[in-house]
Amino acid sequence: MGKARRKLRTRAVAAISAVSALGLVVGCGSSDSGGTGGGKKDGKVTITMGLFGVMGFKETGLLDKYMKEHPNVVIKADVAGDEQTYYTALQTHLAAGSGLKDIQGIEIGRAKELSDTQKDKFVDLSGVAGTDHFLPWKQSQVTTADKKVIGLGTDIGPMAVCYRKDLFEQAGLPTDRDEVAKLWEGDWSKYVDAGKEFKQKSKDDKVAFMDSSSGLFNAMIYGNSQQFYDKDGELIYATNPVVKDAWKLASEAATSDLTAKLRQFQPGWDPGLANSTFASTVCPAWMLAHISEKAGPKNKGKWDVAKAPKGANWGGAFLGVMEKSPVKKEAQELVAWLTAPEQQAYLFKEIGNFPSSQTALGMPEVVDAKSDYFSGAPIGKIFSAAAQEIPDEQVLGRKDGTIKDIFSQGLTLIEAQNKSPNEAWKTTDKRIEKAAG
Amino acid sequence: MAISTPTTPDGAPGAAPPAGSGTGAEHQRRSTLLHRLDVRGAPYAFVAPFFVVFAAFSFYPLVYTSWISLHRVELSTLNLMEWVGFDNYTALWEDDRFWNALLNTFTIGVLSTVPQLLMALGLAHLLNYRLRGSTFFRVAALTPYATSVGAAALVFTMLFERDFGMINWMLSLVGVDNVDWENNKWAAQTAISTIVIWRWTGYNALLYLAAMQAIPRDRYEAAAIDGASRWQQFLTVTIPGIRSTIVFTIVLSTIGATQLFGEPLIFGQGPNGITGGADNQYQTLGLLLYEEGWKNYQMGRAATVAWAMFLLLIVVFVVQRLVTRVTARKG
Repeated sequence: MGKARRKLRTRAVAAISAVSALGLVVGCGSSDSGGTGGGKKDGKVTITMGLFGVMGFKETGLLDKYMKEHPNVVIKADVAGDEQTYYTALQTHLAAGSGLKDIQGIEIGRAKELSDTQKDKFVDLSGVAGTDHFLPWKQSQVTTADKKVIGLGTDIGPMAVCYRKDLFEQAGLPTDRDEVAKLWEGDWSKYVDAGKEFKQKSKDDKVAFMDSSSGLFNAMIYGNSQQFYDKDGELIYATNPVVKDAWKLASEAATSDLTAKLRQFQPGWDPGLANSTFASTVCPAWMLAHISEKAGPKNKGKWDVAKAPKGANWGGAFLGVMEKSPVKKEAQELVAWLTAPEQQAYLFKEIGNFPSSQTALGMPEVVDAKSDYFSGAPIGKIFSAAAQEIPDEQVLGRKDGTIKDIFSQGLTLIEAQNKSPNEAWKTTDKRIEKAAG
Repeated sequence: MAISTPTTPDGAPGAAPPAGSGTGAEHQRRSTLLHRLDVRGAPYAFVAPFFVVFAAFSFYPLVYTSWISLHRVELSTLNLMEWVGFDNYTALWEDDRFWNALLNTFTIGVLSTVPQLLMALGLAHLLNYRLRGSTFFRVAALTPYATSVGAAALVFTMLFERDFGMINWMLSLVGVDNVDWENNKWAAQTAISTIVIWRWTGYNALLYLAAMQAIPRDRYEAAAIDGASRWQQFLTVTIPGIRSTIVFTIVLSTIGATQLFGEPLIFGQGPNGITGGADNQYQTLGLLLYEEGWKNYQMGRAATVAWAMFLLLIVVFVVQRLVTRVTARKG
């Protein structure tokens, strides 16, 4: 018996030390293990936000403005630079049920996956007052099958073509933005034809007509109601004529040597902008800020914006409120305010994020907006027109973001690795099956 | 353990006081108990944190990984697991991406490890001479190791950039056309190996140096008297003297090469980094794991890759042991 007791005691000591050690380990992480970080204390409401990229709320002082108007509210926003990293963390937090913020940003490429698999964790925002001002297709992107709305729209990315007037001129193409738009009016293949003409007449072989074939591919896909998936969530990219046409035209641009063989937002693209290695790029509204920053003051006034052959939308985001949040009501009010027409118009004026609110599109900040950098182009009018052309219903798919990346890589195979379009399609097809199957 | 110490019926070791009824005896009994706890329990308490951390962060993940590798499960819905048995493993075996990644891991591993260790050996030999400011050179050799992978890889990525990179610019001075470092398979693998070599050469050199300094000076003197040149001394005295360290660095580098991840990820940047280039031309096993888990969100398949890597390391380790044993016998 003595033996047994002694053993028990030693075990007890070991167990106690083990538990205390565990306490040390767990102690570090316990502060945010429950809830979402927000809450009410001493009459103050704390709201936490998880954001990514340049959504602009923090950067332009909108959050400070809200806090000033609501002295009892404190907003803490975490901004992740890279959306991929942000989304991975968000998924982990959703799966673990901890580490979430009261308000989480949702990128459009993830909207379908979240509304399919995680809708119970988001508050239904369909009944929030004063939120009937969005473009019809915007709200449909985050509405679940049972009419639940998991987020309110922030910006959208209507597309146009940004081009270099000086480079167009030296290749004998028109430079006036209306005439340029006429070059390819109504059909993307005319854009590629213009590129062939450019290549033929251009005096400088170091300048390509466009930056990358994947930009063209994206623009052609994103103007359609059905893209990679159909309404039932089935993959249709392999048979969808929209995708096939886009692939055909983009690979034609690649094999005809019309591109600078760059990948957008990857190394080489920024110096390409600064050193003028290409004469045009298909640009969603939010890209203008990037171009003007990277191309630098020395290229000011050389760029211009022309209407794209067809309206299309690339990108955009939403703000969702977590069901778990202890300050749901306050968070919803904040989201409604941040996505209200006035704030969207303000963000457009400040950093160029294009409003998803139909009301905001009619406001003078948007209608009369001109860009100094882009030769005074009436960007408000051009992009508004493009936004109105986008079909009212957009069918998103769960793996849209991933599939888009795989297609871009497939085009890189043709562009930079000299694979035949046929071979590249086979590889792409196999990869999508792996990634989305 | 209880058997080794003679015990009295009430459980106290050694000469316990006779059972009394006074508070003094009670007090004494308690203090011996505390004493015993101190002596016997304290070591457990001191080693416990390691084992708890090990259990929580190594053992549990290991078991959990093997469990989910037998399921089809996505990151966003970890609660929905579908049992598939060994399907993930057979699928991996038939997947050409896996063999491609395995081959890339091997070629990048050889491209980076061999030159790295040879250069480290030479560098250590030079540092072993008496020279002015030797501490400076030793610290300098270690600085690349102290840089973060991210920073190093980012700088090299810019150096290896196709249109405006410094390396292509230097090549153009001698009339070589721009090399598309990222899209050419061997160029990409060489570029990535360069980052690894740059980071680890100094570290290995210092390991070798430490071993070299433990070699008694008189061996060199004896060799010198026998008329051995510097080079012969290096081959016949230095190399045999640090053999075990060389084996150690080879093991370390092999493990490092098998897990190579950060350098190629940052070298490619964005989606292309995750897949190791548009044609997977530099996708390593680490990147394949990352692609399955954090891009395709298929946790079951990612766990399978992790286990394949683990088994692979065991195989490499066993082979290594066999080789060392054989060579040691010959020696």
